[in-house]
Amino acid sequence: MTLNRKLEESFFKYLSAIVSVLIILVLIHIVYSIIAKGASALSWEVLTQEPKGGFYMGGGGGIFNAIVGSLYLAIGATVLAFIISLPVALFINIYLIKYPRTLIGIRFFLDVLWGVPSIVFGAFGFILLMYMGMRNSLGAGIVTVAALISPIMIRAMDEVLMTIPKGLQEAAYSLGSTKTETAFKIFFRQALPGFATAILLAFGRGIGDAASVLFTAGYTDHVPEKLSDPAATLPLSIFFQLSSPIEEVQNRAFAAAIVLTFIVLIISITARLLYRKK
Amino acid sequence: MTKRLFIDKLSSRWMVLCLSVLLLLPLAIGLGLVIKSSDLWLTHALGSLIFSQDWSPSESQFGFWPFILSSLWVTVVALIISMPLCLLAAIFLTQFAPTWMLKVMRPVIDILAGIPSVVYGVWGVLVIVPLVADIIAPMFHNESLGYSILAGALVLSVMSIPYILNMILEVFRQVPVELGEASLSLGATKWETIKYVFLRKGATGIISAYGLGFSKALGETIAVMMVIGNVVQVPASVFDAGYPLPALVANNYGEMMSIPTYDSALMFGSLLLFIIIITINVIFRYIIYKSEAI
Amino acid sequence: MKTAIVTAEKRVEHITTEVPIMNISNLNVYSKSAHILKNINITIPKNKITVLLGPSGCGKTTLLKCMNRLTDLYSELRLDGTIEIDGQNILTERNRITEIRQKMGLVMQRPYPLPMSIYDNIAYGLKLKGVRDKNVIAEKVEKHLREVALWDEVKDRLKSSAQRLSIGQQQRLCLARGLAVEPEIILADEPTSALDPISSRVIEEQFSKLKDDYTIIMVTHILRQAKRLADYVVFMYYGEIIEHGNAADIFENPQTDILKEYMRVGH
Repeated sequence: MTLNRKLEESFFKYLSAIVSVLIILVLIHIVYSIIAKGASALSWEVLTQEPKGGFYMGGGGGIFNAIVGSLYLAIGATVLAFIISLPVALFINIYLIKYPRTLIGIRFFLDVLWGVPSIVFGAFGFILLMYMGMRNSLGAGIVTVAALISPIMIRAMDEVLMTIPKGLQEAAYSLGSTKTETAFKIFFRQALPGFATAILLAFGRGIGDAASVLFTAGYTDHVPEKLSDPAATLPLSIFFQLSSPIEEVQNRAFAAAIVLTFIVLIISITARLLYRKK
Repeated sequence: MTKRLFIDKLSSRWMVLCLSVLLLLPLAIGLGLVIKSSDLWLTHALGSLIFSQDWSPSESQFGFWPFILSSLWVTVVALIISMPLCLLAAIFLTQFAPTWMLKVMRPVIDILAGIPSVVYGVWGVLVIVPLVADIIAPMFHNESLGYSILAGALVLSVMSIPYILNMILEVFRQVPVELGEASLSLGATKWETIKYVFLRKGATGIISAYGLGFSKALGETIAVMMVIGNVVQVPASVFDAGYPLPALVANNYGEMMSIPTYDSALMFGSLLLFIIIITINVIFRYIIYKSEAI
Repeated sequence: MKTAIVTAEKRVEHITTEVPIMNISNLNVYSKSAHILKNINITIPKNKITVLLGPSGCGKTTLLKCMNRLTDLYSELRLDGTIEIDGQNILTERNRITEIRQKMGLVMQRPYPLPMSIYDNIAYGLKLKGVRDKNVIAEKVEKHLREVALWDEVKDRLKSSAQRLSIGQQQRLCLARGLAVEPEIILADEPTSALDPISSRVIEEQFSKLKDDYTIIMVTHILRQAKRLADYVVFMYYGEIIEHGNAADIFENPQTDILKEYMRVGH
């Protein structure tokens, strides 16, 4: 009896340990296999040049268009999302704090919105474009991705703001601050490091998303110059090049995957470091 | 003084405006998709759209059943793989592991969650597809090109691990330590405490994590599309190619303007996805909310 | 401080005339940054209520958790010394730790009913002990619920969730749950701190009755509660035992300034 109980415990202890190690190994394997495959194709030319003629047939050039396009898009979307998210996060934590039911309802709603897949955002963005008679562009991509990452950013900011004690708010009022002053001078400052993490998280999500920009940002071999130009993105660049039958083109897809993974890793690690500092 | 009050007013208006835009967003999405797909559901019976297997857009045949079924297959298989893994990992990390192990795992989970979908797809093409074609399929005496439901499910299961694992870790974190102490003091082993007390206490949370993981996986587009083969058919086994709904929408975007009502059909596909996922989300978020309120 | 040590030794002799059930010698507990318990030496007498008294944060609860090795849950704690029960040092035991824990029932600061029915809360420990006979289990459930005066209140809803009971009822259920594994010792960690005065009184009355069959070790910082219940008192301060001995001696004739001060401001 007791032996059985002991054995059962040891069995599950080791099984669960093995599973945990397995998860770490899978992560290492993902990073390793992409680097192993793409490193040879990674060169200065690939990073800094736009595609030249016959690029998708194995011709020269690089993915500069996609790198810059992705950065433009993700930065634009993050800024736009921030302009929407910051007021919302502050609003629900300052104005709605006395209506707990509404507050719970809105958090619930944001969580559900977070669950909407990016392809649906993409389709919706596309509908809006058609409705307004516009074509695929960097601007449209920015708006769509901003809508996609706003719920994430708001909830992440919200989590930070929730930890600020109510007493701080009361103290600010008692000194004569208006609600806006309380929001931007007290809460904003108090929560700044946490906000940085929230912004980075949203940026990482934005730069990696493919399905939402497929319909809205379009694709081009050139670096976009204005918001109405179409823009290439790294995820789509990887996707298109990988579906080519030519090996050289495929290898460039792996190289592009290294670039994208690298960007996301840096963001993820920075976010974690910032969070820890706080 | 008046300037301060003016700024206060202005900024509260701005806050309310932003919030309203956001609150209206899903409504607008739903409405937009309904209107845009109206050409389709006005001319075709809803039942046949969903349950028919005939898919030939050029002949105006739009049966979504193969896509719906592919989506369900790949998501269910993925969840079957990742569910026990997430639960066991969460148990190990919160109950058995030394604290440094949890510290190692946190960034690992974060990074896994942050890796873009398309990179998982690349990994799938490089590793999982050959694995299925050369090793797993022959093991079951099957022939497969590798681009299959199983490949999609394997990639999807890895992608859903950080999402589900994080939620289950949170569930275990919320179980009070004292409850474990109570069980141990009654003579239970650690594993018995997990099995009889923690799993029971966390049951709703764990089930909700699985539910939300399911809905997340259902909407996953690029990575699955890269490895699943994209053949319109009702899959007979996991070694067959499939064609899930998100892939349908994403893949045919280029040509959808050339065939009449094709664009409506794709919007209808998005609408189906939207409705299913919103419903699942509302249900499980509500369950979580209820269980936290107690 | 010197006088304290002398009188403490005198009182140890006094205690040992009783039947000892637990012997703690040279127990030290360290965490990463602190020395939590310093050189603890006491003998716990059988069928008495021993009260661990002292201000919060003085190590009472840690000492209690050492007694049934719940300290295992905290990887940062390091223990040395011995705790002997029935002549066996439990701190070095590796395999029979679940049996040792079953010798002790635990009542915590707040009630933590297991997430199952009232009935199953009591039956849980029995099943772990290997009791399979349904009639025996049913009998014991009734017996122990009666023991804590809960039976009449819950006999019609044994299958409903234990979490729906009032907090006072929950605490009595947790006591009954601990009794069901038939321990020799009841460990109670401020068992009334979360309860209203009436429920507290019920628990205290139970304790006074239970000491005929069990040895009770109770942590409290409430002086009056200690005076009402204690046969023996162990007064702790910053991880050390300052004074210990017969309740009457300790309360009527405190030796150290710390205890005198505690009794003057305590309630």
